[in-house]
Amino acid sequence: MCEAAGDDGGCGADVGPARRRRGAGRSYPRTCMKCGQGSAALVIRVGDPFCRNCFREYFMHKFRAMLGKNRIIFPGEKVLLALSGGPVSSAMLRQVQEGLSRETAKKLRFIPSVVYVDEGAVRGQSLAQREQSLARMETLLQATGFPYYLMHLEQALELPASILRPGPVTSSEPGLSYKEAVEGFIQQQRQKGNGDKDSGTSLPGPGSGDSAEGPLAASRLPAAALTQELLKLFEAVETPTAKEELLQMLRIHLILQTARTKGYTKVMTGESCTRVAIKLLTNLALGRGAFLAIDTGFKDNRHGDVMVVRPMREYMAKEIAFYNHFFDVPTVIAPPLPTKRRDKPSIHRVVERFLLGLQEDFPSTISTIYRTGEKLSSDRAKATCESQRCLLCLCALDLDGEEELALEPTLIMDELELERNGCCQDPPAAGAERKSAYIPLLCYSCRLTFKELGPVTTLPPYVRAEAQRRIHR
Amino acid sequence: MPPPRCLHCSRPPALLRPRCGSPLCRGCFVRRFEAEALRSLAPGSRPPAPGPGATVAVAASGGKDSTVLSHLLQRFAPRLGWRLALVSVDEGIAGYREAALAAVRRGRGSPPLLVLSHRELFGWSVDELGPALGPGSRCTFCGVMRRQALERAARLLAADWIATGHNADDIAETVLMNFLRGDVARLRRTATEATGGTGDPTGTSRAVPRCKPLRHAYEKEIVLYAYFQGLEYVSTECVYAPQAFRGHARALLKELEAARAPAVAALGHSSRRLRVGAEGGGRVLGACRRCGFAASRELCKACVLLAALERGRPKVGLGKRALEG
Repeated sequence: MCEAAGDDGGCGADVGPARRRRGAGRSYPRTCMKCGQGSAALVIRVGDPFCRNCFREYFMHKFRAMLGKNRIIFPGEKVLLALSGGPVSSAMLRQVQEGLSRETAKKLRFIPSVVYVDEGAVRGQSLAQREQSLARMETLLQATGFPYYLMHLEQALELPASILRPGPVTSSEPGLSYKEAVEGFIQQQRQKGNGDKDSGTSLPGPGSGDSAEGPLAASRLPAAALTQELLKLFEAVETPTAKEELLQMLRIHLILQTARTKGYTKVMTGESCTRVAIKLLTNLALGRGAFLAIDTGFKDNRHGDVMVVRPMREYMAKEIAFYNHFFDVPTVIAPPLPTKRRDKPSIHRVVERFLLGLQEDFPSTISTIYRTGEKLSSDRAKATCESQRCLLCLCALDLDGEEELALEPTLIMDELELERNGCCQDPPAAGAERKSAYIPLLCYSCRLTFKELGPVTTLPPYVRAEAQRRIHR
Repeated sequence: MPPPRCLHCSRPPALLRPRCGSPLCRGCFVRRFEAEALRSLAPGSRPPAPGPGATVAVAASGGKDSTVLSHLLQRFAPRLGWRLALVSVDEGIAGYREAALAAVRRGRGSPPLLVLSHRELFGWSVDELGPALGPGSRCTFCGVMRRQALERAARLLAADWIATGHNADDIAETVLMNFLRGDVARLRRTATEATGGTGDPTGTSRAVPRCKPLRHAYEKEIVLYAYFQGLEYVSTECVYAPQAFRGHARALLKELEAARAPAVAALGHSSRRLRVGAEGGGRVLGACRRCGFAASRELCKACVLLAALERGRPKVGLGKRALEG
């Protein structure tokens, strides 16, 4: 991607194939469409030139408008920002910082903290590399002044079974509408005194990184045995698709448990419009058609007490990239999940490659898919009772009324039959439950993923415990 | 690891079924395939299937899907108590349809065969659209007119149902394509139809109901079945296929299938369970003012397209604006 240094043809990909590119000799800087004065630094959407400052305003406005439009984040609410180190979540962090530091009445009013999950073990990083990433991340987080939690994916193995159950929904101020809450909050602020500008939502002073795992102990890597167990879990997974799904599941459970135990009612994740479009098609191909809205929408309330919100979902990847570049947003990039040569690509990779490729030729691809996703509704995606709830993704089971033939891909052939035919290499250990016992507890797509996970003995303890409880009740 | 054996009879397998990875030998596969097709037509299946005594018009294009379909239905018709008739539509695409029609004629068996052509019915063959349309894609015209041609054929034959050879890959491609194009109306319709709702609460619909017995069969298995049974079919690609938007969806589907075979079935499942929001409400099917066939607005799509052609403005009814509502 190029900065338009006087050549507007550089962003021609966004200008639809029908328009002729301007001849090389005639390049000149375009003027910003907003202020009409500055020379354009980039072109966003389909041919809208913006100068740096107007772009910055546009970017920041979008974030606040997203939160304001949805009226979900109440003033004074404790919000946990899930930082992956990647460009989108880093931009999100910057937006929160900028938003909170404004001195006008338009200041953002919630209380943020940040969580980062080190996934280096499963991403093939060496111990030294993991230490390095963690150190960089810690420096980054300390500079923000927000409380932060550095976690390791290994800790997912120590999660309690209760994370697979939605928590009770309690709003901190029952019965208050959003408007009333905001007005009440402003009143409170005035009463606290005018001289104290940052009361209430004041950030703890810089350096007060309240690393939840003990002072600086978080930077130390977890016990090798735990890492080994995690690696065993991932290595037993048969397909890259299932690995990706497993990673996402463990990560979100870990983040939600942190939120739950520390009293955060909201978790913000960084998913851009591009990522949402990719996720829509990926999840379609995984069999999650019933849950697209809850998987990609602005709010995801399947866990009850903690709600996941996705405020970055209208930003295109290109806008994020330029913003981070122009305004020096720091990132800590982690390598992707490693795959072996003989592995086929994951569904996630296939869709990503396809969409990014198609977007090059048809620049409205991503936004069309995004808009289609917007038209989907999330009613009936949330389960009403435990027997109707998927063990792993907590959505309502989507299998009633389906034909037998339609359900065939989700079934596990009886392990006994497999052994007889000599297909099964590892008969289940004595006393361990059969994989097929889990199937009735899962939705269509989780069944497909589950079939590709390793034997039951490698599964995380919290999953096994919760499954046992539900099978035997 | 010992070589896999057929699930049922322990003979060496001929394939691993893509839907669930089970190994099957040739004989068992053929039996399973037929049994599954029969089961998808059992009374009480979702979506509903024709009952005993029904007259079913089988859409036969001469391609692999419809050849397998007509072969299977001819075998099952006595058991199901159906009366069959074959319908073939000649869209007028040179180099594509003639060979296929010849194959249909040769392999038709006993049911009566009715051949309709676009030229006769509408006055335009798809080839003739070229000069009028310019460089645009003809798929919309071809598809809309063919749908109506089937409809008319069914009426002529007094058929209660139309059976088409849509397979799991077709359905998967369709949902991908509709998502890529942002065609929310079609996404909603596929979801309602699949669960048996016809979106027609008053029952005044003019459209002959459709059934798709092969909807769970993977394209691979259909080809294999046709090969094992020695069925003759023509597999030329339509001349205009490279320009079709469906090509993108198809390319994606093939990659998805290669990455994870159950993805095709999963896409079908997703398409059935999509929950489309209520705005942009669904329309009840009424009758076209001009020709009397099923239409969701005043004029059916075929009439809209034809009227536009006659007036020399062929792009009306195509493109993004046409998708709205």
